[in-house]
Amino acid sequence: MKNYEELKSIASILRIDIIKMLEKSQSGHPGGSLSACEILTALYFKEMNIDPKNPHWEDRDRFVLSKGHAAPVLYAALAERGYFPKEELNSLRKINSMLQGHPDMKGTPGVDMTTGSLGQGLSAASGMALAGKIDKKDYRVYALVGDGEVQEGIIWEAAMSAAHYKLDNLTVLMDHNGLQIDGKNEDVMNIEPIDEKFKSFGWHVIKIDGHNFEEIFAALEEAKNTKGKPTMIIASTVKGKGVSFMENQAGWHGKAPSSEQAQQALEELGGVEND
Amino acid sequence: MTNSMATREAYGEALKKLGSINKDVVVLDADLSGSTKTAVFKSEYPDRFFNVGIAEQNLMGTAAGLATAGKIPFASTFAVFATGRAFEIIRNSICYPKLNVKVAATHAGLTVGEDGATHQSIEDISLMRSLPNMVVLNPADGVEAEKCIMKAAEYKGPVYIRLGRSKVPTIFDENYNFEIGKGVLLKDGSDATIIATGIMVSKALEASKMLEKEGKSIRVINMSTIKPIDSDIIIKAAKETKKIITVEEHSIIGGLGSAVAEVLSENYPVPLKRIGINDTFGESGTADDVLEKYGLTVENIIKTTKDFI
Repeated sequence: MKNYEELKSIASILRIDIIKMLEKSQSGHPGGSLSACEILTALYFKEMNIDPKNPHWEDRDRFVLSKGHAAPVLYAALAERGYFPKEELNSLRKINSMLQGHPDMKGTPGVDMTTGSLGQGLSAASGMALAGKIDKKDYRVYALVGDGEVQEGIIWEAAMSAAHYKLDNLTVLMDHNGLQIDGKNEDVMNIEPIDEKFKSFGWHVIKIDGHNFEEIFAALEEAKNTKGKPTMIIASTVKGKGVSFMENQAGWHGKAPSSEQAQQALEELGGVEND
Repeated sequence: MTNSMATREAYGEALKKLGSINKDVVVLDADLSGSTKTAVFKSEYPDRFFNVGIAEQNLMGTAAGLATAGKIPFASTFAVFATGRAFEIIRNSICYPKLNVKVAATHAGLTVGEDGATHQSIEDISLMRSLPNMVVLNPADGVEAEKCIMKAAEYKGPVYIRLGRSKVPTIFDENYNFEIGKGVLLKDGSDATIIATGIMVSKALEASKMLEKEGKSIRVINMSTIKPIDSDIIIKAAKETKKIITVEEHSIIGGLGSAVAEVLSENYPVPLKRIGINDTFGESGTADDVLEKYGLTVENIIKTTKDFI
């Protein structure tokens, strides 16, 4: 079991890999990838019962990146965890690459569901959790949704259904960084009170700091101990976390850094010596 | 099998059989289980039936998730909602990852009747045919519908099965062997070929028999697999009969007529007539009245064929 210090250093490695990947691809989504580094680290390096050597193991825990545009953080986590060689990260979004712009379960070892069209991942995750119930399996299903993503109607169809079928084997985390492409959630389309919305849909809701491992693991534990309903962990995060000029900037939702910007970002993240 | 039966009724019976043969089969519906006949499965296997409520997007997304864990989900609602409302979920969460989901949609075409244009799916074949990895089946009668369902369950990957509300005459017997991707020669002929699909097959057959009495020799092919289309049987018919007529309870844009036109124009161009819905919405009325008004009748097939040859 890794301690929090080790996990923090893994989260830093993911951030460094994200910046390097995006600099090479000159395309992709840094903001919402950087905001989810602690969450992905917590899941892939401590929480989930998985085997990188056997990505299709049927009793494994599953993870669905419903906010599929954050593919870089998923790829960085999968590579760091040993699902495929880290050199593959250099091919992100390039022709013939197994690392598509949005996650492709057929092409990338460790990707449990093809996602990218917002909202659909939560629906698929609830189907996976339902399968676990039918088969009386112990595996858990995790999903990460964006905050802007909950503006999609299918999210609420899935939310209703997951509560109706008492999918307590489903834990969903919301990367609540407050920003979406066109600006702040509250200006584009207000989602608040988002905790009350999920509560009223029959979910157990926990609010945490999404960059604090102690709070993340306490919430994941609470979710496991919650019976009869799915859990939504609303994780407050900072979009672009760790890179000063990207933090809290909607403009860094889907824009790759120039080589100068990447250099500065890597200096801030302590990743220059590896270059 | 009775001498007439709606293909949706055959679907319900097929699901009942499948449920005992294959424990991985699960069935999902969106509050229409009485109409789609998935309620037949529900009453036999309540633990493997899931109603998602009036939520077609989540119907398809949940089916996709179930398929990732080895289930064989049959997801049912009316064709207009399955392929229209939930199109992009079928595209991105089912077809792109080639998940083993069967979209069995009922109440396709104009024969929904009284409910009118909002519920009459006339573009579902076109939509489903355009998706990579999707197999598209449109059975002609109850016997073929049941066999389509059984074969769809054996096939690994997404399948769209188009089913109807109204009773249709049974034309196949129980020994009929349905194969995905194979057109079926129902009647030989040399003056022209009618290629029909779904509920229009029995009408095409009847038209050809009437034309026979007038000395016209018309070949009839049942094209129950729209995709992958059986190019060989189409090209052979073009070579041997020189003229082709397609008949479908669907828009002439994007359906069987288009699929046949694509095969002919690239391989062996011959004159083609498409009988179908002519780029218009339907309207309320009994199934028979609507079919008559929109030209999907034995009489119109006869007239069109005679004018053509």
